[in-house]
Amino acid sequence: MNNLFSETRAAVLATLILAIVCCGLYPLVVFGIAQAVFPNKANGSLIVDKNGVVRGSRLIGQQFSGQRYFHSRPSAAGKGYDAANSGGSNLGPTSRALAIVIKDRVAAYRKENGLKATDSVPADAVTASGSGLDPDISVRNAQIQAARVAKARGMSLQEVLKLVRANTDEPDLGFLGEPGVNVLELNLALDGVTTGEN
Amino acid sequence: MQTSGWLQLAAYIAALLAITKPMGLYLMRVLDAERKTWLDPVLKPLERVTYRVLGVKPDREQDWKQYTLAMLLFSLVSCLFTYAILRLQRYLPLNPQHFGPMSPDLAFNTAVSFTTNTNWQNYGGESTLSYFSQMVGLTLHNFVSAAVGIALAAALVRGIARHSARTLGNFWVDLVRITYYLLLPICLGFAVFLVSQGMIQNFKPYTKARLLRPYTVSVEKKAANGAALLGADGKPVMEEQTIKEQTIAQGPVASQVAIKMLGTNGGGFMNANAAHPFENPTPLSNLVQMLSIFVIGSGLTYYLGRTVKNQKHGWAVWSVMTTLFLAGVLLAWWAEAKGNPIHQRLGVAAAGGNMEGKEVRFGIFNSALFATITTDASCGAVNSMHDSFTPLGGFVPLFNIQLGEIIFGGVGAGLYGMIVFVVLAVFIAGLMVGRTPEYLGKKILAYDVKMAMLALLVLCFSILGFAAWAAVSKWGLAGLNNAGPHGLSEILYAFSSGAGNNGSAFAGLSGNTPWYNTTIGLSMLIGRFLMIIPIMALAGSLGQKKVSPASAGSFPVSGGTFVVLLLGTVLLIGALNFLPVLALGPIVEHFLMFQGKLF
Repeated sequence: MNNLFSETRAAVLATLILAIVCCGLYPLVVFGIAQAVFPNKANGSLIVDKNGVVRGSRLIGQQFSGQRYFHSRPSAAGKGYDAANSGGSNLGPTSRALAIVIKDRVAAYRKENGLKATDSVPADAVTASGSGLDPDISVRNAQIQAARVAKARGMSLQEVLKLVRANTDEPDLGFLGEPGVNVLELNLALDGVTTGEN
Repeated sequence: MQTSGWLQLAAYIAALLAITKPMGLYLMRVLDAERKTWLDPVLKPLERVTYRVLGVKPDREQDWKQYTLAMLLFSLVSCLFTYAILRLQRYLPLNPQHFGPMSPDLAFNTAVSFTTNTNWQNYGGESTLSYFSQMVGLTLHNFVSAAVGIALAAALVRGIARHSARTLGNFWVDLVRITYYLLLPICLGFAVFLVSQGMIQNFKPYTKARLLRPYTVSVEKKAANGAALLGADGKPVMEEQTIKEQTIAQGPVASQVAIKMLGTNGGGFMNANAAHPFENPTPLSNLVQMLSIFVIGSGLTYYLGRTVKNQKHGWAVWSVMTTLFLAGVLLAWWAEAKGNPIHQRLGVAAAGGNMEGKEVRFGIFNSALFATITTDASCGAVNSMHDSFTPLGGFVPLFNIQLGEIIFGGVGAGLYGMIVFVVLAVFIAGLMVGRTPEYLGKKILAYDVKMAMLALLVLCFSILGFAAWAAVSKWGLAGLNNAGPHGLSEILYAFSSGAGNNGSAFAGLSGNTPWYNTTIGLSMLIGRFLMIIPIMALAGSLGQKKVSPASAGSFPVSGGTFVVLLLGTVLLIGALNFLPVLALGPIVEHFLMFQGKLF
């Protein structure tokens, strides 16, 4: 009985002391170092225009529509690119609901970008990402959209493709992950919005 | 299956192999309180103060019952602590979004989930929890449930290594030393590295960003009281809403993610977990996170070999784990790269593979690799949505969990789970040659085999029992997001993940109902604690045995024969238990997908 009491007491005190060390000291030390060394990254890699208005985060995708902009991937986060409500569709491989939306997206993508009915469409352009906030599209997807954007803006295809290349993230260390085109940064560059870090 | 994938796989395995021995040697120092570490000058005073506050005599060792009792009491108290925080978060600090309390059943599920190192999440982090609830209520368990797992593994290994001994170590000493000397220092460096990749660490309210171009969405029109308005046809009235800004969730993410991965907890700060760009910004952060899931589990195999003075045995166990790991990765990668023929017939390029639920920056290979690793271990973090994997791609994580998460496994839990299979393997070998089974010079008797079997049966009954119950109940079917065989897979995955203390999900399942919260909560408790008790009994029994010297008839627990036997035991037991139900879920769905059948 005596043993049970002292062990329970130890359990209560261990919970408290470990909470102070692991959940108080530790995150605050990380907070201090992060804010001192990587302030922009620790606060969300925010993109700020010259008026000081936050226009987004370079890591978080946004929804775009219209001929003049590159379009992000479909999103299942909230009503689309809701960065306070991340998530995927969680529809499975034999889901009818998924097959129906993919069919519609394929048709819409072909129409927007002037593809033939037999042309296949990049997989990332018609599927929702896991987070619903994917900032990137595949290089192939961007190249297809470039023709449309160039036409709508009266720019040459070469100019647009140059901007695409400038906003492409190459694989880390040359071989990790896949290259991706950052849609928000690309569209900001197209609109000529001058940006900086906050 | 592109060249870049093979290159990344080779790099991953080379890095894992390279850190196994250093981690194992460091574990030797941490788990033996007599030995010094290079952190002693900083941490020794803190360690001494902690023992004094707890009223613990660090040199007094415990037998298996005392050790287990201390562990159970600590788990109970810390679980109640978290339950209270989740219920009271409205009154606690660091709640800039003013989130209200969790419901009692959800708070029960969540507190149990983090206490058992499962981190099953029936809530969306950024839309439910205050920074305080995340940082204190949940992160505490990310540390201590990991430390408890490693402590139990160390106790079992001591039981194997000692002879004619009654005690297995002191739970409080193991808990404190693992937390202070192993987890905290690594997490500190790891968290700062993650911030350098773009992970956030702040306490700001959510940021509002002005969109480059506003757009409209149609949403349900709400009456003044907040209820949806219904039209004459009974359907909700829709209205156009213009979206002008994006609200971006913030928080102290990096400090929590570091221990979430290293401690194989896996609970996401954000709903989308490691798929969220703030929780996994770059392929490099992805690689290091994947390594951190396996590093302690891999180091523990070295610790096992070193402690029982048979390093080849440690490497034999490591080889079995690596073989099973590779088999899983290759199958999942192949299936996801091949993609979905239904979607390809609709015009989706076959070259892209199955991208539903995956991020562009990770692509097919890193999604398949992460899914395999997170379920080999009991981590459960996800960088892509397993629910949207192809049937065989989703089969791999599911079967990994059902094998008992012994492929490196949860920190500590993977090793003590694998040792159960080792005991069964030497038992089977003993039966085949007609000798009393022996493990490292100790006779394995009926009591030991019973305890090993009990640990395995608990997992099997908990998964299949609950899944069967849910599959024939209204409450079980009401939560499904997908119909047909995929629906059964969702239920099966939920209880496998719960009982296996994994925490990943076929996340379409709406688990936040009183029934699911309670049943999954129970399956997590059973899968953790009812498995630990027989394993600790086994540790106690092994520690008391005498060692007989090796003879020509002893079965060697290293080398090819042992590796094949152990592999066979793991696969045979896993297949016998779960293949029938898997045939009705992912396996039949695979064939239906190729026929183009939709549900």
